[in-house]
Amino acid sequence: MSVTEKSEIAAAPQRESASARPRWQVMLIRPELMTFVLLIIALIVASSLSPYFLDIAYILDSFTLSAELAMVALVLTIMIIAGEIDLSPASGMALAACTFAYAQQAGVPIPLAVGVGLLTGLAMGLLNGILVIRFQLPSIIVTIGTLIFYRGLAQVIAGDQSIRVPEWFIGINRVLVFGIPVPVLVFVILSVVLGFVLSSTIYGRQIYLIGTNPIAARHAGIRANRIKMSLFLLIGITASIAGMMTASRLGSVRYDIALGGELQMVLMAMLGGTYIFGGRGSILGTFLAAWLLVIVSTGMIVANILPAMQLCVLGVLLIISIIATNFIYSRTQR
Amino acid sequence: MAANSTSSATPLLVSRGISKQFSGVEVLSDVDLDLMPGEIHALLGENGAGKSTFAKILAGVYRPTRGTLTMNGAPVEAYSPIHAQRLGITLIHQEPISFPDLSVAENLVLGHERGSLLGRVHWAGMERRANELMDMLGIRIDVTRPMRGLSIADQQMVEIARALVGDSRLIIMDEPTAPLTPKEVETLFGIARKLRDEGRTIIFISHRLEEVQALCDRATVFRDGNLVDTVNVADVSDDDIIRLMIGRSLKEYLHKQRTTIGDVALKVENLTLPGVFSDISFDVHKGEIVGVGGLVGAGRTDVARALFGVEPAATGKIHVNGSEVAIGDPSTAIDLGLAFVPEDRAVAGIFSSLSVEKNISAAVPGKITSGGIIRRALEHAVASDSVKKLRIRLASLQQPIGELSGGNQQKAILARWLLTDPSVLILDEPTRGIDIGVKAEFYDMIGELAAGGRAILLISSELPELLALCDRVLVMSEGRLTANFDRSEATQESIMQAAVPRSADQEVAA
Ligand SMILES: Nc1ncnc2c1ncn2[C@@H]1O[C@H](COP(=O)(O)OP(=O)(O)OP(=O)(O)O)[C@@H](O)[C@H]1O
Ligand SMILES: [Mg+2]
Repeated sequence: MSVTEKSEIAAAPQRESASARPRWQVMLIRPELMTFVLLIIALIVASSLSPYFLDIAYILDSFTLSAELAMVALVLTIMIIAGEIDLSPASGMALAACTFAYAQQAGVPIPLAVGVGLLTGLAMGLLNGILVIRFQLPSIIVTIGTLIFYRGLAQVIAGDQSIRVPEWFIGINRVLVFGIPVPVLVFVILSVVLGFVLSSTIYGRQIYLIGTNPIAARHAGIRANRIKMSLFLLIGITASIAGMMTASRLGSVRYDIALGGELQMVLMAMLGGTYIFGGRGSILGTFLAAWLLVIVSTGMIVANILPAMQLCVLGVLLIISIIATNFIYSRTQR
Repeated sequence: MAANSTSSATPLLVSRGISKQFSGVEVLSDVDLDLMPGEIHALLGENGAGKSTFAKILAGVYRPTRGTLTMNGAPVEAYSPIHAQRLGITLIHQEPISFPDLSVAENLVLGHERGSLLGRVHWAGMERRANELMDMLGIRIDVTRPMRGLSIADQQMVEIARALVGDSRLIIMDEPTAPLTPKEVETLFGIARKLRDEGRTIIFISHRLEEVQALCDRATVFRDGNLVDTVNVADVSDDDIIRLMIGRSLKEYLHKQRTTIGDVALKVENLTLPGVFSDISFDVHKGEIVGVGGLVGAGRTDVARALFGVEPAATGKIHVNGSEVAIGDPSTAIDLGLAFVPEDRAVAGIFSSLSVEKNISAAVPGKITSGGIIRRALEHAVASDSVKKLRIRLASLQQPIGELSGGNQQKAILARWLLTDPSVLILDEPTRGIDIGVKAEFYDMIGELAAGGRAILLISSELPELLALCDRVLVMSEGRLTANFDRSEATQESIMQAAVPRSADQEVAA
């Protein structure tokens, strides 16, 4: 019997002391890196098309056109990580802009009218939240419904013509702080704040937990419904702010503000490596993806690519990003 | 390796130098093993020793980093589950994966259809074949009913039958007995022996040595990814095996110290959830360990889930520390000082893609924050403390918990709930999948917790565990409490007597 002699193997090195996976590997498997690399490539290609792309002011100026959508995409990212989705905020931007414009046209002082816009945002979030959480309906269906509903409501309020906003309210995108247009600045600040909340607070941690395994999260005492409701309210109010910023940029409000914007929001989140099934993703990814998308779309305009073709490119980008993200995540979990 | 040469027959499968690294960490090193036709071969070892990894390599789930496999003299080169299946190797997972909405017969032939030209399925032939298989295995399952709703034992049987459809020569069972009742275990063993006698090879992974003694011909012990030894089971004692597994002999677990038993911490009156359990009344005092015995499916888990607010009872009262409470969801239960280690780790326990650290700290936000902000250093300290205490084996705290071995995942979930410092701790099959070395330590820990004035409700299907640990043992059968034994009255026989459903009485007596 070899029992005793074989026991010598007890001295074999313990695996606990084995080194963790190499640092570079941990870095490599982050999907944000993919976004970053794409961003650099896009910058190189774009600047070979037009030297404008070497001018930071030009890029910042182009970004103001997407900054409002990008702001909402940040919150949408958190929503997707929590395991839900909201497709209605682009319509919500239009509805909030319309109620705001309508109110101020009816003689309500601007600060109050802004309040009306914000309340509209909250109400939209509340409705989505109640339908999804109280009635336990799938958020993708609910928010496709409210996407249509909010847009329709905007048209009912504004009719087919545009409502002008007062002269002094126009041009938020022309106001520069430290040389940066205000919408871009707002986007950057929001990124920093949300990035911090998501990565360093219990609220953020619990968002990852409920997105990863809702049943285990429930067992761990996490109040998922509260968190999800707060996210619906947050995305509603962010959409209303974004809507009013759009109104200021355009100088007038129509019901078709940000028409189709939900696609770009989803695209930004996906390009940033957010996992469509929840539980993974980061604000940094969406932040980078927003810049990537602006450079790609502006680059295509500069390169005189047909608008239809531009759409194709965006569609292909969306599909590739989902496949790549899935691939990266599946590799980390063989 | 004397045992390896006991049989003069040619081996079915030969493993030479099989090694596996995950992200640079070697979890299996140079495994040389010959599997003979017609043997039941146990794989033993502590949690994380590499048993499942080796099994998955054989079944084509993982590709080995080094080494060769030879099946019937021919090298096995392409590694994929389908390829392994074709070669006649089947892995039966602990939680059977099947298609719940398809019928048993459909599940049986799935992936095996030889397929006529247009892929037409021969329904009648399929059913006949399925029935033949079931007869051959001596099990009574209606092959036309959907998989959904079959007991875990029956699902396992279907998986085994599936292996036979493909005429598997090597059938690997990874901890198959953990969720089974003793009777189901006997049935499984009967089938395993039958398959062996047909000349098939069976690999059997378990942490229960008595099962190994009862069933297996040879046993191979892994430690830290190394194959320590292969022995003839008949030639060695449990103690020898334990020494091979953990490199020392097991410290004897003595009966729980009598602690001073205090006030009632948890009192349950007439708890009822129609169709699931009814009229459950009991109490647990501070410092007391109350066991809940019974067969799998007796409603024990449902009572625990109701107490913790996962699926609250319809009627009845719950008192915690003297005051009546309404527990509508787990967060309320946690605020009241309850903790619940669920039975189904994969579904209700782990956050598979998140780090071990985050998994351990999930239920104690207050312990890892200051001023509402997560302090990484704090979280790290809390988690690594738990890892040390429970001897959780891992490469790093940042590793996704899904990469840990089954037993180590279980320990991490235990750690999570111990951190909440509960006044009432509900444990549902807490030692399932945990190796014997750690079990004793775990028992010590439970004893200490009770001595510290906590009330503990321990659901377990392992009678020795109930007998060694508990001050009182409740028994459930078919949704009702059938016994409440004091420590002195509780014996294996008395518990089993109360556990068998009345309807099946005669069958067991026979
Ligand atoms: N996909 C993976 N990625 C990284 N490490 C892994 C992976 N799968 C297993 N490991 C590691 O390999 C080691 C062996 O795991 P394995 O599952 O084979 O253990 P085991 O012997 O089956 O243990 P148990 O009795 O707990 O089931 C463990 O340390 C585990 O953390
Ligand atoms: Mg295992």
